[in-house]
Formats: sequence, C-alpha cells, structure tokens
Amino acid sequence: MTVHDLAVVGGGVHGATAALFAARGGMDVALFERGALCREASGVNAGTLTMQMTRTALMPYALRAHAMWASARDWLGHDVGVVVCDGLSLAFTPAEEELLAYRAGKRREAGAPITLVSGAQARRIEPGLSEAVRSAGHCRVDGYANAYLTGLAYRRALIEAGVALRENTPVGGVTPTGAGFELETASGTVRARRILLAGGVWIEPMLAWLGVHLPIKTLVNQLVVSERVAPIMRTVVGIANGLLSLKQYPHGTVVIGGGWQGVGDRERGGVELLPDRVVGNVRLACHAIPALRAARMARAWAGLEAETADALPVAGPVPGIEGAFVCGSVHSGYTSGPYIARLLAERLLGREPDLPLFPIDRLLARPEAA
Amino acid sequence: MSGPIRHAVDLAVLGAGPAGGAAALAASRAGLSVALIDENPDAGGQVWRKPVRPAARAATAEPGDALRADLAASGITLLYGRTVWSVGASLDLDMIDAESGRWERVSAGRLVAAGGAHERVVPFPGWTLPGVVGLAGATILLKSHGIAPGRRVLVAGCGPLLFAVAAGLAGAGVEVVGVADLAARSDWLRALPDLLTRPGLLGQGACWMTSLKAAGIPIFFRQALRRAEGATEIARAVIGPVDAHGAPAPGPERTFAVDALCVGHGLVPGSDVTRLLRAPHRFDPLRGGLVPVTDEAGRTGISGLYAVGDGAGLRGAAMAALGGELAGLAAAADAGRLAPDAFAREAERLRRAMARERPFSDRMAGMMRLRPAQVQAIAPETVVCRCEDVTRAEIDAACAAGARDVNQMKQFTRCGMGPCQGRLCGDVAAELLAARVGTREAVGAFTARPPLRPIGFDELMGDFDYADIPIPEPAPL
Repeated sequence: MTVHDLAVVGGGVHGATAALFAARGGMDVALFERGALCREASGVNAGTLTMQMTRTALMPYALRAHAMWASARDWLGHDVGVVVCDGLSLAFTPAEEELLAYRAGKRREAGAPITLVSGAQARRIEPGLSEAVRSAGHCRVDGYANAYLTGLAYRRALIEAGVALRENTPVGGVTPTGAGFELETASGTVRARRILLAGGVWIEPMLAWLGVHLPIKTLVNQLVVSERVAPIMRTVVGIANGLLSLKQYPHGTVVIGGGWQGVGDRERGGVELLPDRVVGNVRLACHAIPALRAARMARAWAGLEAETADALPVAGPVPGIEGAFVCGSVHSGYTSGPYIARLLAERLLGREPDLPLFPIDRLLARPEAA
Repeated sequence: MSGPIRHAVDLAVLGAGPAGGAAALAASRAGLSVALIDENPDAGGQVWRKPVRPAARAATAEPGDALRADLAASGITLLYGRTVWSVGASLDLDMIDAESGRWERVSAGRLVAAGGAHERVVPFPGWTLPGVVGLAGATILLKSHGIAPGRRVLVAGCGPLLFAVAAGLAGAGVEVVGVADLAARSDWLRALPDLLTRPGLLGQGACWMTSLKAAGIPIFFRQALRRAEGATEIARAVIGPVDAHGAPAPGPERTFAVDALCVGHGLVPGSDVTRLLRAPHRFDPLRGGLVPVTDEAGRTGISGLYAVGDGAGLRGAAMAALGGELAGLAAAADAGRLAPDAFAREAERLRRAMARERPFSDRMAGMMRLRPAQVQAIAPETVVCRCEDVTRAEIDAACAAGARDVNQMKQFTRCGMGPCQGRLCGDVAAELLAARVGTREAVGAFTARPPLRPIGFDELMGDFDYADIPIPEPAPL
C-alpha cells in the first residue's frame, strides 16, 4: 500500500494551499475532502481581501496574502477573479469617527497603509458614496476575489501539481501508528507519514480523533447578492466597526456582507437567514451606496467561519503527536489563508518559515495523548 | 427600526390555487385561524386564474369563481398581492405587500406550501428570442388579460396544454399555423381509457380538438422544434420529426413564418419552500422532478410543514384540490382541533375521490414528463441558463473539469446564479449533468436560497433611521 508523505484532511483554502506547496516542494501528497473543494467557507464567503477588517496581529500575514491573491495567476496558475482596488471604511457618526480613528491607527501601526480621509475626499475616491459619510479610512491595499471560483482554480492547480485529490471522500477517523497515521475512508484505509488537519470549523472534531480538545466557535455569516446592475461603485466599502462589506463585481452583481449572524452550526451548516438581519444589513449597505436601492436581491445565503477563543489562527504542530499538524480558524481567513497555509507547508518541508506560525498550545484546555 | 407588520394565525397557506384554496377552507372550517397568501391579486392560481379583463372570461373560470366566493365569505385572512421573500425555520413568512409597499410577517407555526409549478422549456436554438412564450405564460396572457402573444403563432411541445393554448388562440382570432406535439397520435389513443375516467375533462379536450379541426389547424404529431430564427425577434420556427424518446429523427423539416411561438415541455414542481426548509425530497420523473417526500395528507419530514398541489408533484387541479383539503384537515387534526375519528372519516372520503382521479392524473403527468433524449439532443452552443447565458457546452466543460453535482457545476459556470435561481434551467441542467456522472439523485438540485422571489432592496428600506439599524458589536481588533 502506498504511504503518502502527507495526508491533508479538508479541502478549503488552507488545506488546498498547504497541499499545493507541499507537493511542489517534492512531497507525495493526498488531499481528502468530504464534499467538493472550497465549497464551504472558502467558496461561499464574501471574497473580500481587505486590511480594514483584518486583526492587527495578522496584518503582516494579510499583507503578504493580499500580494499572493493579487498574483494568483502566477503561483496558482488559475483565475479567481481577483480585483485589486481602493478600500474605504466609513464613519457616519461622531462615535464611529472616533472608533474609526482608533482602529485605523492600530492597523496602521501594524503595517496597513490606511489613511483617514474626509467625507468629500472619500466621495472623490468612491463617487457612489452617500452624502452622509463624515470620514473614512482609505487603504490602497484592498480588493476582492470571486470566492465561488476558488474551488475550480485550486482543483486544476492541485491536479497539475500531482496531488492525489480525493473529493467526496469523508475521513471517518485518524489513528497514529507510531510511524505515521492511518485514515479511515469509505474506500479503505490510507496511510501517511504526516497529517494536516485543515477542516475550518470542523478542526475541533478532527483534533478529537487524536484526543486533543480545542474548542472552535462557529460563526454563521449572512450574505446577500444583487442581480446584475450597471456600475454603481468601484471600491470595497465597509464601516468603522467592520460589520459591512460591499463591492460590485465586474459582471455587475453587488455582494453585501459584514458578518451579520444567521442560524446554523457545523453539523447542519448555515441553515437559516434571519430576515431582520438581512434587512438590517441591506439597509446599512444602501445607506452607504444609495444607488443600490434600485437593485433587486437575487440570492442570500449563510456560510460558516471558524473562531478560536482568542480569535487568532491555529497553525502549527499538534503537541505530543509527532507528524500531526493543524491549520485554519484564521480570522478573515479567506484574505490571510493562502499565506498562513504556505508558511505551514514550508514547515512541513523542513524549512524555516518567514513569519512565525500560530502554535495551538495556548488554546488547549486539557491536552491528552491519544 | 421600522419592522414588519405582524399577523399571528394557526395556519399559513402559501399559494391560493386549487390546493392552497382548499387547504385554507378546510382548515378554517375545522376551526383554525388561517392566513392565505398569494402573489397574484386574487385566488385561483394558474389554472383558475381570475381574468383581469371581463372580455377574457373563459369557461374554466367557474371553479375559480366558486373558490373565490367561498374564500371571501370564510373569515380567512386573505393576503393577496404579497411577494413572500423569506421563510424561516419557525415557518414565519416575510413578505411585501405590492400595493402598500409594506413589510409584513405571518407567524403560524404550521405552513401549507402550495406554490404550484413552473413551466419547463427544453432549450433549442433561438428559444430566448423575444416572441417565444411558454404555454403557461401564453395562458396567462390570454385568460387573464385577453392578450394574444402574436398574430401568427406556432404552438409546440407536449401535454394537454398544447391543445388548450392552440384552441384558446384560435378562439381569440389568432392565426395558429400548427401544433407540433412530441407525442404520437397513438400515444393519445393509448391514453384514451384513462382519459375516459374523467368525461368532463375529456369533453373539454374534445372541444379543443374540434375547434382546431374547424379552424383547419394542422397537428404535427411526433414533431418538435428544431430552432427559432430571427434577427431581433422570432420570425421563423422550424420543426422536424422526433422518435418515441424525443430525440431528433430523420425526415423533412417544416418552416413556419411566425411572430410568436408558444412552447412548453411540461411543468416542474415549485419546491422552493420545502427545499429551503430542507425537508426530505426525492426525484420522481412522473411528477415532474424533485418533489418533497410526504404522506398522503401532505405532511413533509418537517414538523408543521405540509406540501400540496403541483408543487408537491404534478397531479393536476382536481387532485390538487382534494390533496389540499386533506392537508388542511390534517393541519387541524395535528393542532388538536379536529377529532381523530372525524379526520379519519374525511380522509377516507378524500382518498376515494383521489382514487377516481388518479388514472387521468397519472396519464396527463405522463404526457408532460421530460424526455431525457430531448435534453441530450440540445446543441452545444445553445443557451441553457438564460439568466447567466450559460451554454450546454459550458455545462459539459464543467463536468469535464470535475463538477460532480449541480451546485459544484453552478460554481464553475454561474449556471443558476441569476435572478430565477435556476427555476427555469435547473431541471434541464441537472439532467445534462446526470447523463454524464450518474443519476439525478447523485447530481442533486440547486440549493434553494432566499429570497423566494427576487425583491427590490428599495422594498426593504421602509422608513428607517441610520441610528435604528441594529448594527452588531464591532469585530475583534
């Protein structure tokens, strides 16, 4: 039986990027995904690639990841519809201006090129903006991807890199054997010397296979997309507290997000959108870009996002289990994911990562050896 | 924040056609407080649609008139002209009143989904040209508004609607150049014993045929559209022979100069509500495709949710009314407002009535079912998803690129991502994929998402103040 150098469990951006760079680094890699690639958080998120919603501790990672997304055609080899454009974080009230100045300042200290601009300056950057905007944070390092194209792009790249891609193959459990790991799948047992658990919100049950308890909270983010309309905006627009993301894609649809919470969990997925919150999010979006009022809602959905107790990533070795690694639960993970997963691949290849990983020891309530 | 106007009732019924109307009346008579909701200005649904103009009044309006009179006298909260955009797990319905523009919410705890069916058009070159109209769409124009879709019209497709539309058009003075039916004359003859079980409806069919004959309208059996042609709108329709499976067969084509084409290849159950609420579904080709799994009283796998009428599987108006009545009574029984023995008696009566309707109903559903070979004959460059301009070749390419279910194919191509959410293309797209990767069950169906109907953001604005938007706490910094 083949023994893979690395088995990756979970085919989102984290698992797929790590698998890609590990394979390009010479490893024999198999990737297991219970459904199709990038169909959960990595495929249904708002696609925003912004620094103005990024946690300060992640800023160096997010800036490098933004550069990766912007050059996806070069390293991934396939188009994910990335557009790099200006980003604006809006303040409509004096309280929001205060919040904006504070948060933009912290992010600037962390390396994000954010400047504060007046309402009039903001309207010159984004002519579609409401007269009600008092001031805004402006960042040139912003943009968006077409999240639903992520799976197709990674699928092609992984196959080209020689990764054994196993979509629609749930893993039922992982057992350390001393010399490596055995993965239970419907098509039989698979062996690998190393294992990377990259299951997003499912990292908690995956780590439980190894007797490790790491609580992961599941966020259920509501999203709304309009039908195609004539151009009404050209930037990525948010608000000071981070609870709006708004941009118009080249094909005309406008995606409205910002993390308004729907109903769901990791067992059932995002099962229900709460109409009051859909309406609140839409009203906020139309308050920012008034021309949006003339568009119609085509579709709304809810996607899951993983969050640890300190809202910082899990990316590193699983303590006490030689050869087991975990990667995911990155805040705004679509933006920063490719870079953090690439760092983890460097580590798997025995190289020294350019920036530190995020070891999980800090989050373990009661680590137990398997 | 300016929120919805609220209605609290025991039972909400979504869809006021034969099924929903009967469900609402039965539940109301059993003592439940009921709200009946429909997007149209009055009850009747598609089959018993109320004419907007009296001149459009047709013979089939009578059952609708009786239903409308019963509903008006019933004490049921009648919410017509409502666009329902959200249905929650609690079965709350959020809607906009088209007339006042107000946001309303109906909370009931029990919901009868009676949304009816959509029409299916199996794509052919030129099907998106202006002047190409669905059979059901043509029926609305004609029955409700007294408007003909054109002056010189070809009617094509399958099922009894072909002859209803052709006869209706001829009666309205339209020149009908012909009727092209996928079925053979022998298919109809074979159906005759089942059709004889409903002499009234068979008589109606005979009337249509007589009027077609009187008007000298030719019927081309086992012929289907090859293409529609025209620069900016339809100018010509071309038909040719097909085999028993609906695939093109050798033989001469016929070209008709027309300014409209009425075409339909059966109906697809509108299962949006039951799919959105994740009730169990199954694929049933005779019933039009994906249908919710129900018991005989319409109870789905979700507590308090009932599905009736053509939206739960194509059975036609008579079966819909009986099934709707049974579901309305079941809702009353489940709510403890109708004694079990009384429900059992009524159920037995309705079961017998349904048994009498079944042969006719099944035969008609069979005449309208999708012919897989017709789908496989779609040319590569033909648009399948008209919202997003996705061709058959692009769907095939997505399949070659590894798409194994319709939602993965949707992400690869945008097929089904437009305002209709795949209501028009979903059945055909799934059939195309299934032919390459396995079964319809394996490729699944487009995930149903809110809104149930496209809704203007403007309609959700109300009179709001920025300070009243319930903006959540900031994300961590």
